[in-house]
Amino acid sequence: MNRSRLFRVLCFGLFVCTLAAPAFAQTTVRIGAVMTLEGAFTLLGQEAVRAMEMAFEEANYSAGGKRIEWLKESSDGRPDIAVGKARKLIEQDKVDILIGPMSGGEGLAIKEYARSVPEKTFINGFSAAQETTLVNPSPNFFRFNTDGAQWQAGLGNYVYDAKGYRTAAVVAGDYSFGYTQVLGFMTEFCAKGGKVKEKIWVPMGTKDFSSAIARIPDNVDAVYVMFGGADSVNFLTQYYQTGRKTPIIGGSNVTEQTVLSTKGPFQQHIIGVPSAHMVADGIEDAAYKDYVAKYKKRFPDGLAAPSAPFYGYYVATKAALTALGAVGGDLGGNQEKFRQALAKLKLDTPTGPVSLDENRQAIANIFVTEVAQRPDGTLYTKVVKVMQGVNQTLGQPRDAFVARGVPSRDNPSCP
Amino acid sequence: MPDRRKRRLAAAVNWVLFGAAVAVYPFLVPQFWVVNIGAYAVVLGTITLSLTFLAAYGGMVSLAQMSIAGISGYILAVLSPHAATMGGTPPWTLALATALIGGTLGGLLIGLAAVRTQGISLLMITLAIGMIFFYLTQQNTTIFHGFDGFRGVQAPVIFGVSMRQPIVFYFLCILSGVGLYASVCYLVRTPFGLALQGIRDNPRRLMALGFWAGLHQVAAFGVAGFIAAVGGVLSLWYNGGISPGSIGVTAMVNILIIAVIGGLGHPKGAFIGALLFVLVQNFAIDLVSRERFNTLIGLTFLVIVLVSPDGLIGLWGRIRRKTGA
Repeated sequence: MNRSRLFRVLCFGLFVCTLAAPAFAQTTVRIGAVMTLEGAFTLLGQEAVRAMEMAFEEANYSAGGKRIEWLKESSDGRPDIAVGKARKLIEQDKVDILIGPMSGGEGLAIKEYARSVPEKTFINGFSAAQETTLVNPSPNFFRFNTDGAQWQAGLGNYVYDAKGYRTAAVVAGDYSFGYTQVLGFMTEFCAKGGKVKEKIWVPMGTKDFSSAIARIPDNVDAVYVMFGGADSVNFLTQYYQTGRKTPIIGGSNVTEQTVLSTKGPFQQHIIGVPSAHMVADGIEDAAYKDYVAKYKKRFPDGLAAPSAPFYGYYVATKAALTALGAVGGDLGGNQEKFRQALAKLKLDTPTGPVSLDENRQAIANIFVTEVAQRPDGTLYTKVVKVMQGVNQTLGQPRDAFVARGVPSRDNPSCP
Repeated sequence: MPDRRKRRLAAAVNWVLFGAAVAVYPFLVPQFWVVNIGAYAVVLGTITLSLTFLAAYGGMVSLAQMSIAGISGYILAVLSPHAATMGGTPPWTLALATALIGGTLGGLLIGLAAVRTQGISLLMITLAIGMIFFYLTQQNTTIFHGFDGFRGVQAPVIFGVSMRQPIVFYFLCILSGVGLYASVCYLVRTPFGLALQGIRDNPRRLMALGFWAGLHQVAAFGVAGFIAAVGGVLSLWYNGGISPGSIGVTAMVNILIIAVIGGLGHPKGAFIGALLFVLVQNFAIDLVSRERFNTLIGLTFLVIVLVSPDGLIGLWGRIRRKTGA
């Protein structure tokens, strides 16, 4: 008899759990969030939580006359986990709007999932894969942050004109975000007539970069480097240890605060390294300084300054709240009005205005920077050029840009 | 005699009740509970079943079962029309057969390499093999697509019905899970299964009787390979893709955790463990704050193993004995 009893208990337990899912009143709007609170991107996930907390507190947890209820789920950076959590938020917790995820692969997977629930609205958190909105976009997926290729806008021209580099080698992480950033850099650099002699793709998880460094040709003017936070520190340390003098051009993550504030002998070498990103430490606008001050006051135990993922989730949450305000909290009619308001939104963010293109992808400012040292010895990214209103096709006609294909190991190429 | 008939009747009633419960379940609950809890628990349970089979009847604890699931998943992904890395693609039936055969062969090969060892050494060898396959998939871009792996792999459409439709997929998982479970229960009563258990308990004696111990063990690895391969195919369809993260060391250890919390003594422990694992993974974050939910997951498993070293099925027996039911 025990077996049947066991199954009965199990089934009964399942039903109780289902029924216990709280019913929700019409006076609240449920906003779900998927962020990485475990795995390699845990630090970024914590920044995302802070970002949403700050945005909600500024709005006093209400928008358009509705109370905001906030539900969080954690992914570990894997696409299948992120979709599982998104499903749980939408199907089990019945959220109206979903904000997230953090990384590129997750973003592509959640966009695909978004297509199957057209009555809900998805706003990207920080994921920056180009294809998410460029190829086959989903009508209910909005991205208010720029993508990995946009982040490199202005960098290729800057190093060609101001630094005088004519040839370069690329050393980058062998995954989609690496390909995307390299495409962003090479689009301008190659158009100017620059040559990328050699591309060295390093598998994820590599800690010993000596063989990659040995393969960098001697006859190039600069080396373009793109790795995630801790890998950047490892690469730069080993690169300078070998005594190489070829100057470095940094991908967006190479000059991030997580790298710059890591102590080590590489620090004295990276002053002057050019890079580009959607945020920069050295932005002198009052709005940006105000934003940094607010962050420091609210999160005394946070980072030295708000990070890029913080900015991503903060702007996404702001966008949701602003659009909710514009429609008076009306999410009826399968959220059609709300989505129209989102699509038309002109958002004033700490780094400048953000608007969306027809694929619901952000058009925003990009900052070309150089690493510099403050009087107290800390490193920061000094803005050398602001690229106003960079769009996803980097200023080129959409058809031509899309026709060149998705970024990969061999695309683009100008040897 | 009447006692035995009574027990048989009770078992039949139990099976009918169980069948009715799983058949009605998807129509009573939201989709999330059908696919993300129900079907996914069976997928994980199937992969774990391969480990429980090896451990319970062969006395061999292998960490590489997730890798075997990964082998069949990757084979099917490479051969699927959406991924199309090898030029043309075969019909899905052929691709599916190749994936299952590939997984079984993978199991046999791992068995060949591993059966000369026992206990911790076997665990270490299978861990090493799993890590080799993990790094191979992560660093090879031409076949395995490196870190990004495969996305957008679709389940086949049969008679106009996609196998990935929630209810269809649920029943597909249930059918294959129950089928494999029944096969394992049958297999361990055959001469092969009995010999395998004999080798587990006293290999010398069985060898003295003329049994070839190594061959039986390798064959057991082959059977386990097939079970894991089925789980790998279902997992590929469930996730719509596969990447090295799905077969990394965390995923490998998760299978062992599921097997242990469910109970290594009987095949049904695999599925019970998987159900609890999926429930805890999904709902721990609702019970405790965001930074601590992994602690709760760990504590749950710790308590189960502490209270009942033979897992949930052992716990059940213990309660029954205590209450004298």
